[in-house]
Amino acid sequence: MLGKLTWAAIPFNEPLPLVSGAVVVLIILAILAFITVKGWWPYLWREWLTSVDHKRIGVMYMVLGLVMLLRGFADAIMMRTQQMIAVGDAQGYLVPEHYDQIFSAHGTIMIFFVAMPLVIGLMNFAVPLQLGVRDVAFPTLNSVSFWLTATGALLVNMSLVIGVFSRASWWGYPPLSGLAFSPDVGVDYYLWSLQISGVGTLLTGINFVTTILKLRAPGMTYMRMPVFCWTALAANLLIVAAFPVLTATFAMLLLDRYLDMHFFTNDLGGNQMMYANLFWAWGHPEVYILVLPAFGVFSEVAATFSGKGLFSYRSMVWATLGICILSFMVWLHHFFTMGAGADVNAVFGIMSSIIAVPTGVKIFNWLFTMFRGKIDFKTPMVWLVAFMITFMIGGVTGVLLAVPPVDFVVHNSAFLVAHFHNVIIGGVVFGAFAGYYYWFPKAFGFTLDERFGMASIWCWVIGFWLAFTPLYMLGLMGMTRRLQHIADPSWQPLLIVAEVGAIVIFAGILCQIAQLYVSIRTREQRRDLTGDPWNGRTLEWSTPSPPPPYNFATLPRVETIDAFWHMKRTGRAPVEPVYEPIEMPRNSPAGFVTAFFAVIMGFSLIWHIWWLAILGFLAAVIVVLIAGWNIEREHEISTAEVAQMEQAR
Amino acid sequence: MINSTAIMLVVVIPVIVATLAFAWWYRSSNTRASRGTDESYEERIEFVVWSIPALTVILLGGVIWIGAHQLDPRAPIPGKSEPLHVDVVSLDWKWLFIYPDQGIAAVNQLVIPAGTPIAFRLTSATVMNSFFVPQLGSQIYTMGGMTTHLNLLADKPGEFPGISANYSGDGFSWMRFVVKSVPAGDFNTWLAQVRGAGSALDDATYAELAKPSKDVPPTTYRSVDPKMFERIIDWTVAGPRKGSVDKASDSPPHKAGG
Repeated sequence: MLGKLTWAAIPFNEPLPLVSGAVVVLIILAILAFITVKGWWPYLWREWLTSVDHKRIGVMYMVLGLVMLLRGFADAIMMRTQQMIAVGDAQGYLVPEHYDQIFSAHGTIMIFFVAMPLVIGLMNFAVPLQLGVRDVAFPTLNSVSFWLTATGALLVNMSLVIGVFSRASWWGYPPLSGLAFSPDVGVDYYLWSLQISGVGTLLTGINFVTTILKLRAPGMTYMRMPVFCWTALAANLLIVAAFPVLTATFAMLLLDRYLDMHFFTNDLGGNQMMYANLFWAWGHPEVYILVLPAFGVFSEVAATFSGKGLFSYRSMVWATLGICILSFMVWLHHFFTMGAGADVNAVFGIMSSIIAVPTGVKIFNWLFTMFRGKIDFKTPMVWLVAFMITFMIGGVTGVLLAVPPVDFVVHNSAFLVAHFHNVIIGGVVFGAFAGYYYWFPKAFGFTLDERFGMASIWCWVIGFWLAFTPLYMLGLMGMTRRLQHIADPSWQPLLIVAEVGAIVIFAGILCQIAQLYVSIRTREQRRDLTGDPWNGRTLEWSTPSPPPPYNFATLPRVETIDAFWHMKRTGRAPVEPVYEPIEMPRNSPAGFVTAFFAVIMGFSLIWHIWWLAILGFLAAVIVVLIAGWNIEREHEISTAEVAQMEQAR
Repeated sequence: MINSTAIMLVVVIPVIVATLAFAWWYRSSNTRASRGTDESYEERIEFVVWSIPALTVILLGGVIWIGAHQLDPRAPIPGKSEPLHVDVVSLDWKWLFIYPDQGIAAVNQLVIPAGTPIAFRLTSATVMNSFFVPQLGSQIYTMGGMTTHLNLLADKPGEFPGISANYSGDGFSWMRFVVKSVPAGDFNTWLAQVRGAGSALDDATYAELAKPSKDVPPTTYRSVDPKMFERIIDWTVAGPRKGSVDKASDSPPHKAGG
């Protein structure tokens, strides 16, 4: 009846996970109770959970990403503490069975449920506004995408309380992740949560490619699109091309695990090298799915806060597209040490270092944008400077790792760990924060507190370097990654420094929480009444803050790049006050309900509760079909309502 | 590594300095800074912007091509003497070293003559691992049913720690061994010692050894089938996990916190 699910799945005999799981459950229950007492459910349901508004969905993605950042960071600090303590004779406080779950969960969560929601959230919020349109191409589908991503995040967190998470690392190489070596439900939690959220991500990709190619304001030719839209286009093309590879790879691993097939097993003709190739054929483009939108944010920030146009827009576009293509030609650099010949390794090493060319061009373009500018050091701009310096070091160590003979001695070492945190924290996370600080006033109508913002940046940057410089050094000294226990006592001082760095980063996170709290408390003094708090250049700043549901009462006419800057200089009003009725998509519970059934399906598949899995799957499909056949999908905002909303600004 | 680092730092350090300098000088409160307009774009600068990284990477590309070939782990080390052959098998969670020409084997210790190139063949009887002696140079993956190759040389006598550099499960942190590089004479003495003591590595002993265990003390075996390496590969390919261990029984659930 309940498959593999028994009371043994709940860790009554292990206090540490039981208590931490219970605390998480209690916090969630407390939040739900608070919402119930306040009577906020109808509002939440109407305005957020069923919303198909790209701005609201973008905000929900950001909330998901930031909440999961806390979870992933808790994992990180537990790992750092274990490595600091468990040196020599000491065994630390985490046994391998726990530690191995924690680093696997940390990687999985940070990539799929922090970095991805943050960049997809920013794209959701900003791309339609920047394109001068009213929503994405498929608004209801957009809601389905978000809720499927949330499903994956929920399933990963369920493994805290019911059963276990994977101990096969975030990349899940077989045969370790196969049934023979990982018989418990951990890998199934990993696979099903990523399969379900992967569908959501693929739908997002299709949605945004369509939106950017087919829905732009009149006059907005490709070469007039804001750079962030270009990077979003490149990232979503990569999603469309790469995510099916991941889905197919995981499907094969699932067949190995569920139906005893032998795609990737040691025996009977399985080939584990195929998994590594396929995984990284997705995995390397994934890096650029994350970092290209971050580059886009920085391009907007550089131009806005330097008070001058982006240096060489054209180069920026070509560099973005170049990276988009090249990112598919370098996957083998993740396993030079697998034993391919020197020719193959050299070709992939050279291809990898070629990516440094367009990336270097981007750095120079930001630099020359600042040159002879009038730089206003608001927090997003400070993130940009912090990013440029941090990311350049990460780029250098990245090119070093692309040199095969170097990789043969630092592959899988703490040096590698430091490198990819250097580009992912220094690039993606700093970029997401820059975007969050930059667009927050647009989303909520008031600015974020600058003092706590500055403090958070300093903590993040100093904490980052304290945490990862020691790892670079330890990697060169021969420390490999994923060690639950450290044999060499001489490494301990550096590990203590790394721990201090993690604590400083934590202080940065606390500053951000304080920043949000203070800003909300003092929102009345920090209202943005102009809609254009930073003297912006692109169309989103021509709308009120927060923008009305329909974004633009009249679609803007675009004649140049930096359309809004041009309008401000030529003194043309961005919106002519001739109002007409606007047709907008209706809210739809389809996304939320589909996700509800997807959770049931995923959970049942993980625990081999076949009847419930079939029911969950059928119910999800039926919901999607009903939503698809519903022709009453739009509602009209009347002229009077539009006029009223427009005059309120 | 030094070369590549130097090539890149020549470019990157000035850019970092320029970033900080531009950020400081063109701050909005600096009244002495000259300001540009939107149209400050210059083709010449754009040319420089593309060519600096391109030239750097062309230089690096050369370094990569030459380096990848010179230091190919598969390439034999041009040595004074014939290489010593060692077969390496990664197990859960220890290393088995077979000396096929000498007919002996050892676990978690690798004794080699200093100054003699060592030609390794490597495989795994379990999941993927990576054989790595940081002080001696390159690492290489070990994979079930497959053979990889690696050539190393210890110039001088000494003791070097070895590890697995690819996470392989719960006992991974303890998958350590020691490489003892000894003078050639001492190596022969060691061979004689090994042959005179301990047990033989037959199929039953191997089956016992292949069961998961961690923190295994160094052991030696006085004799071993010289074809043991090939047989282990055959067992791994044939399944169902003969030689390796049936791990399909459910382990008790463990929890991750955080």
